[in-house]
Amino acid sequence: MNILHRFANPTRFQRLSKKIEPWVLVLMLLTMGSGLYFALFSSPVDYQQGHTVRIMYIHVPAAWMALFCYTAMAIAAAISLIWKHGLADIAVKATAPIGAAFTFLALVTGSLWGKPMWGTWWVWDARLTSVLVLFFLYLGYMALRDAFDDPARGAKSSAILVLVGFVNVPIIKFSVDWWNTLHQPASVIRMDGPTIHVDMLMPLLLMAFAFKFYYLWVMLVRIRQELMAQRIRALKHRQAIE
Amino acid sequence: MKRKHKRLTFVGVALVLLAGAAALVLSAFEENIVFFMSPTDIAANKVSENQRFRLGGLVEEGSVDRSGGETVTFKVTDITNSVAVTYTGILPDLFREAQGVVAEGRLKNGVFVADEVLAKHDETYMPPEVADALKKSGQWHGDEK
Repeated sequence: MNILHRFANPTRFQRLSKKIEPWVLVLMLLTMGSGLYFALFSSPVDYQQGHTVRIMYIHVPAAWMALFCYTAMAIAAAISLIWKHGLADIAVKATAPIGAAFTFLALVTGSLWGKPMWGTWWVWDARLTSVLVLFFLYLGYMALRDAFDDPARGAKSSAILVLVGFVNVPIIKFSVDWWNTLHQPASVIRMDGPTIHVDMLMPLLLMAFAFKFYYLWVMLVRIRQELMAQRIRALKHRQAIE
Repeated sequence: MKRKHKRLTFVGVALVLLAGAAALVLSAFEENIVFFMSPTDIAANKVSENQRFRLGGLVEEGSVDRSGGETVTFKVTDITNSVAVTYTGILPDLFREAQGVVAEGRLKNGVFVADEVLAKHDETYMPPEVADALKKSGQWHGDEK
């Protein structure tokens, strides 16, 4: 836990984050630019779906982000509850709107994809329903956190909500294997290797990395902002006492 | 035991209990979470006449009959059993023989009368040239799923 303490130091974090931020931004622009180019123009059409398959390059990375952000929140919430790290708590708070936005994107693109392929915008199958629940968990976290006069109590209660909601993450991932659903099973992360052609897998992975770099970049900015806001609050508080 | 170790144990035990509770609830509601029934479920008399449900499986090859104009009849199979389906309306683009399908409706005299047909697509993605090459070389597995 010593390493954790070293990097949890706000001053050290600010120095480090300013140094890596431009690199993250460049990596994001490179992967996003090339990923979008391959996804929209130079990747092959699908033998069944034709051009409609291009929705996948946004939909799938967004859905991965929805799960990734919630997992990150759950880990940070556990660290904040058990080891009382201020930075971990800020990380939970900073991740929530990003995760909610990607979940919303996955739901909307999925709906737009479902209409031409399945013949419906929405069905209440296990995969779609559990992802909708995930979206509500993100919103619930944000509402609960701000519902307390004492920020420390809000942080603690909402961290518990995040941990309880984490049971939904494996349910989403395995819903397509445990129950029969309209949504097809996984194509990339599965035991017997991907069932997606390498020319389509490459732009998909590029987009997935682009979304991860975007997350990293927004996190660096948001955490610095939150540390600054805390400092301002502390200064105002001191002024009020004097 | 230090306080943070106490908290760690507490969070760990709580998560394990929660996962156990979730597993019990989900297995208890198994029948309600399942999106569709298979032709084998129907052969096992799991649904009664006039009960509304969804039927899922593959469209049996050579069974699609469009001679009735707007009304299409076909068979849904899960290889072991099959059920005759009749549907009036527009079918989704992906509807074709040997393709997955989910139909909603009721059983009437052993025939499933559907009022909604959704196409279910599999998890395979490939360019058309690759699909053609696979079909030519006899390595095609896509349609059997």
